[in-house]
Amino acid sequence: MTNKLVFENLKHRPVRTLLSVVAISIQVTMVLALVGLSDGMLNEQARRARGVGADVLIRPPGSALIASGGQMFEKLIPAVIEKQPHVTVAAGTLIFGVDLFNYVTGVDLASFNRLNGGFRFAKGGPFQHPDDVIVDELYASQHKVRVGDSITIMNRPWRVSGIYEPGMLARVVVPLATLQDLTSNTGKVSTIYVKVDDAPNVPGVIAALSGKLSTYKVYSMEDYTTLFSPSNVPMLTQFIGIVIGLGVIVGFLVVFLSMYTAVLERTREIGILKALGASPAFVINILLRETALLAIAGSILGIVLTFGTRVLIQRFAASSLIQAIVPGWWPIAAGIALAGAVLGALYPGLKAARQDAIEALAYE
Amino acid sequence: MSDEPIISIRGLRKTYRVGDVEVHALRGVDLDVQRGEFVSIVGPSGSGKSTLFHIVGGLTPPTAGAIHMAGQDLLGMTDTQRTNLRKTTVGFVFQKYNLLPTLTARDNIEIARYIAHRPVPADSEFQDILQLLGIDRRLDHKPRALSGGEQQRVAIARAIVNHPAILLADEPTGNLDTENSNAVLALLRDLNRRLGQTILMITHNPEAAAYADRTVRMRDGRIV
Repeated sequence: MTNKLVFENLKHRPVRTLLSVVAISIQVTMVLALVGLSDGMLNEQARRARGVGADVLIRPPGSALIASGGQMFEKLIPAVIEKQPHVTVAAGTLIFGVDLFNYVTGVDLASFNRLNGGFRFAKGGPFQHPDDVIVDELYASQHKVRVGDSITIMNRPWRVSGIYEPGMLARVVVPLATLQDLTSNTGKVSTIYVKVDDAPNVPGVIAALSGKLSTYKVYSMEDYTTLFSPSNVPMLTQFIGIVIGLGVIVGFLVVFLSMYTAVLERTREIGILKALGASPAFVINILLRETALLAIAGSILGIVLTFGTRVLIQRFAASSLIQAIVPGWWPIAAGIALAGAVLGALYPGLKAARQDAIEALAYE
Repeated sequence: MSDEPIISIRGLRKTYRVGDVEVHALRGVDLDVQRGEFVSIVGPSGSGKSTLFHIVGGLTPPTAGAIHMAGQDLLGMTDTQRTNLRKTTVGFVFQKYNLLPTLTARDNIEIARYIAHRPVPADSEFQDILQLLGIDRRLDHKPRALSGGEQQRVAIARAIVNHPAILLADEPTGNLDTENSNAVLALLRDLNRRLGQTILMITHNPEAAAYADRTVRMRDGRIV
């Protein structure tokens, strides 16, 4: 009977119920889309790093996980590394951040091709000139770029010489020497990919390189890709925390307003229930159940909406943003919505429970 | 059956404080109502009849005096005890029907049983009462689809569904036309005659009061 009353109350004010559910769902979508974006983009970075085909990766001290930073490798280091036992190829790249989500990577195709056989071109081919650029199919599709087009990156024109299949290294690749000159890093690289002759030799090579390059970070590719988690990206965990906090506040305010007006509107009905012998706990119970239903419906809608945001991102920003669907976070986001909603319902609920029955029955 | 009154009130006083002013709503009321009696209380506005109704119904505590209902002492009852009193001992019929607008007539009646922790739906005998009230075919309608007279009959059904010791009716015909008023009053008298339901009815209408076995008049917080 309580559930029937709860359902009927929610049905009785459909617009308010719908607005509350939509507002809660936006909060849930906000959390899930943000977590999905960080998850999707980090996974994509890891996938592309694996796609390079190297066994060992070396980064300079002080470098961030993805972007360049800190010191650069001096000119001859890749050549020195290549002379180490069991090392077959050592290819250096230089990464330059264009904006928050986009990077340009400088590659020496000759050494890079020895790592993995090179980029698989869908259209066009490798660089012909120092000002050539190659992009992956997602970038080409999003920016409507074709082979032979001129595109502007880093405030200068580049000619697109080829479009390659995605999943390797980066979305935009330029000749290493050109990027080195443009960024005043002539002869320097920010990442070195190392190919080892045989997989069992990888730990030995890592140990040897770590000894020689004591201040540098030497990872097996497997270890490196496991670093692609939000906790290893500066401030990302805190940012997610802030968004979750905002989500709780939004949920709290939406449900507070909704339930507060519901209690005011239903003053007489609460008086009727009290006249029938309903206890304060019974009245609070009804409001909390209504709140829980709003939160559950909002959470389900919010989860469904994350599929919509993913489609939108794929449609309009596929090369810059990737949103993963994160089922592991569904109960967390729903719990956050429920917590905010229950907090929002507490004061109206207590107000309703404390209402004087005679005054409530006289309420017009 | 015991000869002890089902309602026994002695020297009942109720004083409200409105700001710094004390309002003496009841100034020493003495009243006995026998089991199975139909009593109407009449009086002008401000005579204290609504306050008496609220105290007898356990909606507000008395300030002083003695009041016993169905063997229970209402003086000094806690909020929880008065909530239980409303659940088990009294049933209310109000002037404005006071049905829950979101529920059907049937659910409005059954929620009273649910709150009182009694089995839902009510026993088959209650179906006869619904027939007597003439609402047995209107139970699946929500209040907005019912006439005033039908709503008041649903409210009466809700008030007696838990077989309360006392049915309290506050101006039960105040919002009804003459035809429906007469029908509702006849029903109350019928419930009193057939089921022995004790009824305490507040009204300012002498014609309505005439349906009762006895009429008590109030003025200035006292029975006159």
